[in-house]
Amino acid sequence: MDAMDEIVREFVVESYENLDQLDSDLVALESEVGSRALLSSVFRTIHTIKGTSGFLGFGALEAVTHVGESLLAELRDGKREMTQRTTDVLLTMVDCVREILRSIEATGAEGDLDTTAVVASIQAVLDGEEAPAAPAPAVTPAEALAVEPETAADPEPAPAPAAVTPVLPAKPAEQAPAPAPVAAVQPAASSEPAPRDLDEAPVRSATESSIRVDVEVLDALMRHVGELVLARNAMTSIAADIDDPALVHATQRLALIATELQQGVMKTRMQPIDNVWSKVPRMVRDISASLGRQVRLDMIGKETELDRGVLEAIKDPLTHLIRNAIDHGIESPEQRVAAGKPEQGVLTLRAFHQGGQVVIEIADDGKGIDPQAIAAKAVERGLRTSSEVADLAPQDVFQLLFLPGFSTAEKVTHVSGRGVGMDVVKTKVDAIGGVVDVQSTVGVGTTWRLRIPLTLAIMPALTVECASETYAIPQINLLELLAIDDKQSGVEYVGEAPVFRLRGRLLPLVDLRDVLGREPRESLVGAVIAVMHADGGRFGLLVDQVRNTEEIVAKPISAAIKGIGLYAGATLLGDGSVTLILDIPAVARRALELQETAADDRTAVVTDSGETEQMLIVSVGEDRQVAMPMGAVTRLERFPLEILERVSGSLVMQYRERITPVVDLAQILGLGTTFREELAVVVCQRGDRTVALVADEVVDIVECATDERSEVSGYGLLGSIIVRGRVTELLDLEATVRDVDARFYDAQDAELVGAGSEH
Amino acid sequence: MRHQLATFKLDDCLYGIDVSRVQEALRMQEHTPVPHAPEGVAGLVNLRGQVVLLVDLRVRLGREAFTADDEPMMMVVKVDGEPVSLLVDQVGDVLEIEASRFGSPPPTLESALRDFVTGVYSLDDQLLLALDVDLAAQV
Repeated sequence: MDAMDEIVREFVVESYENLDQLDSDLVALESEVGSRALLSSVFRTIHTIKGTSGFLGFGALEAVTHVGESLLAELRDGKREMTQRTTDVLLTMVDCVREILRSIEATGAEGDLDTTAVVASIQAVLDGEEAPAAPAPAVTPAEALAVEPETAADPEPAPAPAAVTPVLPAKPAEQAPAPAPVAAVQPAASSEPAPRDLDEAPVRSATESSIRVDVEVLDALMRHVGELVLARNAMTSIAADIDDPALVHATQRLALIATELQQGVMKTRMQPIDNVWSKVPRMVRDISASLGRQVRLDMIGKETELDRGVLEAIKDPLTHLIRNAIDHGIESPEQRVAAGKPEQGVLTLRAFHQGGQVVIEIADDGKGIDPQAIAAKAVERGLRTSSEVADLAPQDVFQLLFLPGFSTAEKVTHVSGRGVGMDVVKTKVDAIGGVVDVQSTVGVGTTWRLRIPLTLAIMPALTVECASETYAIPQINLLELLAIDDKQSGVEYVGEAPVFRLRGRLLPLVDLRDVLGREPRESLVGAVIAVMHADGGRFGLLVDQVRNTEEIVAKPISAAIKGIGLYAGATLLGDGSVTLILDIPAVARRALELQETAADDRTAVVTDSGETEQMLIVSVGEDRQVAMPMGAVTRLERFPLEILERVSGSLVMQYRERITPVVDLAQILGLGTTFREELAVVVCQRGDRTVALVADEVVDIVECATDERSEVSGYGLLGSIIVRGRVTELLDLEATVRDVDARFYDAQDAELVGAGSEH
Repeated sequence: MRHQLATFKLDDCLYGIDVSRVQEALRMQEHTPVPHAPEGVAGLVNLRGQVVLLVDLRVRLGREAFTADDEPMMMVVKVDGEPVSLLVDQVGDVLEIEASRFGSPPPTLESALRDFVTGVYSLDDQLLLALDVDLAAQV
């Protein structure tokens, strides 16, 4: 319910902003007749409101905007001239939309406004466009009056049309058209009777609980904070030299405040992509329902953090791409069955960091895009000539999709297919320096890929030392850190190539000194292995020592450095020194080149270890161990025994301000309650549902072959496996969880919490 | 017509750069080496919060690179609007020179220099080589 309210609220706030813009656009159109840029802008605003209201289930709003959109489409395509009458009906439409939005904001529902009159008036313009411009003045008041029924609930119907109509004829003469619409609209709003005043409060709260800040302001703030940190560091070293207690004290305070300020500013800019994605499941459900599609949604990499500005900028493109994938990509169940595919299509959203970029993929397993159809359509629409198209490579043909006015849908639906969307996607992605491309195979599916540069983003990084130099490693690539001690180094050699035996699995080792061409390492003892994952594989990066973890801001570097292909960028550390950020996938590739032959042997050994799964091992009671798949575990916590409560016979605990059902693993094993003072709590989360499993201790996380289990099992157990020479019971997590929360797995069926096991 | 040139010394030669291209001249600062960088890149330096490429002009002009014992100076020039820091032996004065003193480089100019020198100003006591900044700073 909360999520729903949030969607509606955001929709209302955004729509208000858009409508203000739209008012000025509409009026400006009267002086700049036929301006495509203005018409497109107006069209997109209405298109967006229509689309969103459609899937939020605001039927009246959708009806009004749909007919308005049709009129705008004709205007945009030059099939119709802008007349005063069209402007009038469009403005009444805008007022009507505002009216409905106000009602939605106040009550959450559209209310009982009668929109038929507005729809009819626009439809009249659409149908009987022969009605010439001349009678327009005569029509307009009637028009406005006809609209009134919906505002007619108000005791004073007269002032409203008076406020709207007289202003309009005056507008073309206005030199500065922009203020006019605001003036025109506000009297209408203020003519609302008293009860409306109550509704004003939610309006304010919705728009004031959050403010939009220009990313440039945040950028400037960020730069200043960086300078402040440098100044602070200088102060700290001076204070250390002078050794005056008062100065030291003042400097410490300054240091603290600077750090907090830095963290604060950085925080303002980063958000997980889930902030945008959380609205997707509902959108997908509604769109697929209205189009008669069956779609399963997989979302992978929700925790991927993006710069706020970037996130904001990709919101609309993402929405368009998702709608498009369902409408144009995934076929109807009948078509799918006929094509030998399962009835249910799969839409996959995937986000991850790669080579200093954020990659977002929207993939469907639908009918794919036929390059020839695209080329033919481009010619038909007059966007390209047939000879131009003939010269294009298939990949370039797909780029035609991004031309304004291009639409491949055979029929116009209310979801997409009016030739708006892909050009908006491209414009918005271009604006933040990103790239959008598409790969498609006819009959197999289509993948849209957005590559967004990280230059705006701040990332957590690990600073490491190599041959007395410092380098930054993006934490996104880091799995864990291991120190090599002298007793049991664990380093072995496969041919020439060093590998590390990590929990029974061989990890290829790459020495950063070799990669960077620094003098070779004398001894492995004391070195640190940073376990990295890149390009789908893992390797251990050998560094001299680990210095720190820091939030870093990637600074642009010159092409000469970028061209080396080892660095994702450079950053300034707290002490003001410049540090190179390693491009981990590139480092892995470079290392591979260095030890090409050895690498072949190594992969053979690694793959030899067969199918394994990462398991979390916990201890229960005196000598029992339980294993569960790490991928299903969201968090590990420790709590005192007192946190457990019994509510009508069931065990629960308060966790993150929620009553969370608790599974006592000791009872699953038939041990009765044998709790210690402190509990190891395994938290599993799915959507908004949480279940906690309690055990005594977390023992380890191991890779083990789960197919080697014995079939001896009890209730809630799948069997047992051997972990490090000990019999360990394999928990049937799903059955266990379902036992205490039957709806746990229904919560967000369409959602896949992926990649979590790696962290 | 007079040309305004910011001058600097490298070995015993005097070079000049149009003064409008020069942002500032600084003492050598702590810099970060870049492994596998193209020849002529001395590293990266923090110039008031901006990461700036450091170019060893000696290497660019076909001479021995600066060593850790040298105390070069940095001449920060603008290339395509971005600052690039050139390492030189010593930064000299800004000179105003009659345009008429400008001539094409002498045929005797060593070949390593010829690409980078657009011409020569003949001063009273020595020659001033006009440097092609874009070429010299581009590694």
